[in-house]
Amino acid sequence: MNRLILAALAVAGLILPAVRAEDKKFEGPTSGTIKIVSSLPRTGSAKGQTDTIVNGIKLALEEEGNKVGDFKIVYEDLDDATAAAGQWDAQKETSNANQARDDADVMVYIGTYNSGAAKISMPILNKAGILMVSPANTSPSLTKPNFGEKDEPTRYRPSGKVNYFRVVPTDDVQGPVAAHWAKSMKIKSVYVLDDNEVYGKGIADLFRGECEGLKLKVLGQESIDVKAQEFKALMQKIKALKPGLIYFGGTTQTKAGQLAKDMVAAGITAPLMVPDGCYEQSMIESAGADVLNGRCYVTFGGLPPTELAKKGGKGKAFVDAYEKKFGKIPDEAYAVYGYECAKVALEAIRKAGVKNREAIVAAAGKLKKFEGALGTWSFDVNGDTDLKMMSGSKVVDGKFVFEKILEIKD
Amino acid sequence: MTGLTGLVFASADTQFFINICITGLTTGFLYALIALGYTMVYGIVELINFAHGDLFMLGCFFALTLGGAVMALTGSPMATIALMLLATPVFCAFLNMLVDLTVYKALRTAPKLAPLVSAIGVSFVFMNIGLFWGGSQDVNFPGLIEERNLLAEDSGLQFTTTDLLVILVTAPVMIGLTIFVKSTSLGKAMRATAQNPVAAQLMGINVNRVIAATFLIGGALAGIASVIYGLKIKTIGYQMGFQNGLYAFTAAVLGGIGNIPGAVLGAIVIGMVYSLASAYIDARWATAMVFVILITILVFRPTGLLGARTREKV
Repeated sequence: MNRLILAALAVAGLILPAVRAEDKKFEGPTSGTIKIVSSLPRTGSAKGQTDTIVNGIKLALEEEGNKVGDFKIVYEDLDDATAAAGQWDAQKETSNANQARDDADVMVYIGTYNSGAAKISMPILNKAGILMVSPANTSPSLTKPNFGEKDEPTRYRPSGKVNYFRVVPTDDVQGPVAAHWAKSMKIKSVYVLDDNEVYGKGIADLFRGECEGLKLKVLGQESIDVKAQEFKALMQKIKALKPGLIYFGGTTQTKAGQLAKDMVAAGITAPLMVPDGCYEQSMIESAGADVLNGRCYVTFGGLPPTELAKKGGKGKAFVDAYEKKFGKIPDEAYAVYGYECAKVALEAIRKAGVKNREAIVAAAGKLKKFEGALGTWSFDVNGDTDLKMMSGSKVVDGKFVFEKILEIKD
Repeated sequence: MTGLTGLVFASADTQFFINICITGLTTGFLYALIALGYTMVYGIVELINFAHGDLFMLGCFFALTLGGAVMALTGSPMATIALMLLATPVFCAFLNMLVDLTVYKALRTAPKLAPLVSAIGVSFVFMNIGLFWGGSQDVNFPGLIEERNLLAEDSGLQFTTTDLLVILVTAPVMIGLTIFVKSTSLGKAMRATAQNPVAAQLMGINVNRVIAATFLIGGALAGIASVIYGLKIKTIGYQMGFQNGLYAFTAAVLGGIGNIPGAVLGAIVIGMVYSLASAYIDARWATAMVFVILITILVFRPTGLLGARTREKV
């Protein structure tokens, strides 16, 4: 028994210095060149979005005069897409990450755009200890346990440390945000449907949980068979329960359009609310504009620039500066997240004060009450923003029209 | 009026049950049209034509393309529907016959597995044509008929315009087919060929012509189903052929493959089971329930519901 206690003490002795090490002084040059690279799909269908992200990064760097203290900041815009694929490519993303790892000047890696691409570069950059900040990855499994496979997210952190941060709210925030939105619409009862997939069911479960917390009556939850052709009988059943709103955790590809059609066909007049997996024009095309008109609500993890400007403060300052530099306000929602990523990178370098990858990652992890263009927010232990701000849109005349900013304040 | 309907359907549960049955019945009628194509071809040449579901899918895309063009030209939904109902069966009928002439005919005397595997091959070819035609995403089929409840809203019952369309088109087609097979000379020739092709040939029946006619009729029925499906379900996609084909084939087996009334009965049973299971058990278990019923019935009646009763196939 004594031996056990001794062993425990020995282990504790090993851990304690490690805990204290967080405050240790890092060594490294205090002047010279620091490189920030971004890895985004610069060719193919996402080019419109990534153009504005890159503009946002450039704007942030320029505002600081491309320097932090005595460091000169150099920015390199890498492409993780190929023209042949028209989207991100695993090989390109791997080579970008390897390039960053092997270049001793690279301290920050801004990316990726696609969550799938992040799964490839995250372990490489984690081993190299480079700070990675993503403007657009929304998959919760990248950082949060119990959302993906068993070894997620630990498989992305081979070193055991968190080096990956993101400024954009994750998909799972949409469930609770949607529940608050429904509540604010004076909805009394909801029926929850999901597609039984990680993304859809995850969001639907969180939506349901939040509804129960908000005392919104949940009449039932059911997973649909995504291979089914139609859901008329299911809709008859839901109609009989007279819900005030139907929530579907799923995507356009998992029959959201058909559900909407069968809802209308069954004579249900309640609105339909869906997450951003349905925030695409093909949703409207597959369901038919008249079916969704005025009754389909969508949550989405970004704020349109026009709304950002209305919020005032640093958000408005960003939109104004962007317009001044590039001649028009950003036409894509992710521009501000690119800007915010670069600001985070610069702040981390400033806090660290030395050209040392480990020091910069540690400084980023300690960012609290960061005053950025999106508002005041902090990183949590997983590296996610604690900002729970999304936008809510409604389908009107075959288009998604911004309705309101959705925000949960803890 | 309120008093009367209130009296007849006093309980909300009863209303709900009837609504579910209406949904199941119309779904069953749709499957029946496709199932007939399976069962007729099987009855004549003992071939499970796996491409039939995908033929139905191509019919949907044909109807969509044609409908879009006619609608743009005339602007009249009624004219568009009429033209779709005329042209789509013709398209599917000739496509089906063409497949028989180019693929199955050469394999008529080959072992049974050869045409079966070829049918699977044709199914994939059709699916790829569908992918090329309509793209990989599900496509919206415009609702040319306004979805309106024909029953009084306060009755709590729902029987819509598209439900009526399904029955108005399907029922006469099925009755007509039964009369055709029973009492025309070509129908007689078909029954003779089904019973014994060699004997039929010896009696002076042009067996190849009879087979071609069977493929034509089966294809035309699939074409009618395509238009009705598009107008009723309103979403089509290149992969829909497999799922619908599977249900229709199951219906044919359930009713007794080769038996025309059997296919219709089997389809209605499947539509009903699917609908009731979705409503009373769980939507995810509906497909499983369909096959549980199928297996149970086949254990006790291996020839299907009506398979043993009638001697002659078709």
